[in-house]
Amino acid sequence: MTTLQTEKWEYYSKLLLKSERERQPLSPLTELEPTMTVNDAYQIQLRTIEQKMKEGHQVVGKKIGLTSAAMQQLLGVDQPDYGHLLDSMMIENGGTVPWERVMQPKVEAEIAFVLKRDLVGSRITVLDVLQATDYIVPALEIVDSRIVDWKIRLEDTVADNASSGLYVLGGKPIPVHSVDVAQIGMALYRNGEVVNTGVGAAALGHPAFCVAWLANKLYEYGKELRAGEVVLSGALSAAVSAEPGDFFSARFAHLGEVRVQFAL
Amino acid sequence: MAAIDYDMLANELRRAEQEKRELVRLTAQYPEMTVEDAYAIQERLVDMKRKDGYRIIGPKMGLTSAAKMAQMGVNEPIYGYVFDYMVVPNGGAVAMSELIHPKVEAEIAFILKQDVKGPGITGAHILAATEYIVPALEIIDSRYANFHFTLPDVIADNASSSRVVFGSRLTPPRSLELDVLGASLSINGEAKAFGAGAAVLGHPANAIAMLANMLARKGGSLKAGDVILAGAMTEAIRFASGDVVFALFDQLGTVSFRATE
Repeated sequence: MTTLQTEKWEYYSKLLLKSERERQPLSPLTELEPTMTVNDAYQIQLRTIEQKMKEGHQVVGKKIGLTSAAMQQLLGVDQPDYGHLLDSMMIENGGTVPWERVMQPKVEAEIAFVLKRDLVGSRITVLDVLQATDYIVPALEIVDSRIVDWKIRLEDTVADNASSGLYVLGGKPIPVHSVDVAQIGMALYRNGEVVNTGVGAAALGHPAFCVAWLANKLYEYGKELRAGEVVLSGALSAAVSAEPGDFFSARFAHLGEVRVQFAL
Repeated sequence: MAAIDYDMLANELRRAEQEKRELVRLTAQYPEMTVEDAYAIQERLVDMKRKDGYRIIGPKMGLTSAAKMAQMGVNEPIYGYVFDYMVVPNGGAVAMSELIHPKVEAEIAFILKQDVKGPGITGAHILAATEYIVPALEIIDSRYANFHFTLPDVIADNASSSRVVFGSRLTPPRSLELDVLGASLSINGEAKAFGAGAAVLGHPANAIAMLANMLARKGGSLKAGDVILAGAMTEAIRFASGDVVFALFDQLGTVSFRATE
């Protein structure tokens, strides 16, 4: 169900784009527009992505958010959300993030799936996802919010492309048949010190379950996951705030390491 | 100010455990109690248990996570001892009536093939001296009301040691990357906590190395055959009678127990 008129979708999409461009955070959209629904929010997100594609950006994948019980409780929701990954959001492994590229960044470690087959349908299961997966690689997601102080409700983060910022793929790609993705352990380091640890099962029991949720959700909107797309499947531990000059790395069992530096 | 009677306080802690009774933290009465005093009390307590006929399974590390150390305002972990009466078989029952307010943590334990004596021991020494890694669920149960204690209190209380369930499969450490080895802890099928080995002082072998070095200050050492708990990979979770507690460790297998009345 949507409650807002399409002009409002355009309006809030433009506000978010301006906020990102000018690095000026917005008040929560849900305060400006209390009747906004999740479907309205996805419509706003789609307007933003369409605008970015007009400017030459390309969609290279999706990200899944709110995949931990803790995050879902915090926002009072019982399902994840998703956003779009653009080519311009990718940082090379070990690369540097210019501070002008972010507003209030946090870092999460995740397992990324790269698909070799399309995933289309409303009844996609974990085994469908595993069969359609070309390989998995370790990822750092730099989440960011255009909403002031991360004061987000579900509708705010969905409208804001699921609080996407940048992402880094690293380590070594491996096929999924050789490991149980739910049991892959992860340690996240900031400036060389362990800040938290996690395991695949932290993403709704199994990262591939999150990808299956995404495929089914996209189908509701007449969309699909395409071969070659990168899917960030959800954080394996709490997000950690980044400051200028911070160096983050994550090590994964079986998958190796992924790193990123924030410029001073 | 009263002198600290190590024997008397050790006996109080021993009886609190036997009678499932909460104590007020010792430092409320003895604010001047030092870490050295606390280990002296723990030594008396351990001696009493040995005289009662119990056998030491191995030493264990506690407060090994950055979060717990920050919470306690310390920069060194602590150790205690696991006794045979604390060991519950894998899949077995933990009787709540025998405990005060237990919590459970997922851990790994090291079984050494040779003695290791500090100082100067590193994680690499420990890995070379380790015969097997075994997964475990440690049940901690402070004898202090509401787990309310300072560092000397918890040391005197044998690092809250209460029960432990070891997994049934031993794995040589050679092919394992213990710092990225993942564990998930669930209660009645619902996932409650997640972690990996790096939560334990960056690497579980570092915790065992630190233990060897701490024991060496008093001339002690780690012994071949000791089963040594390295410290928690997950946060500690409360459980209740009727619960089934289950932990799954990458490459090491599973550990579980049932909580009964």
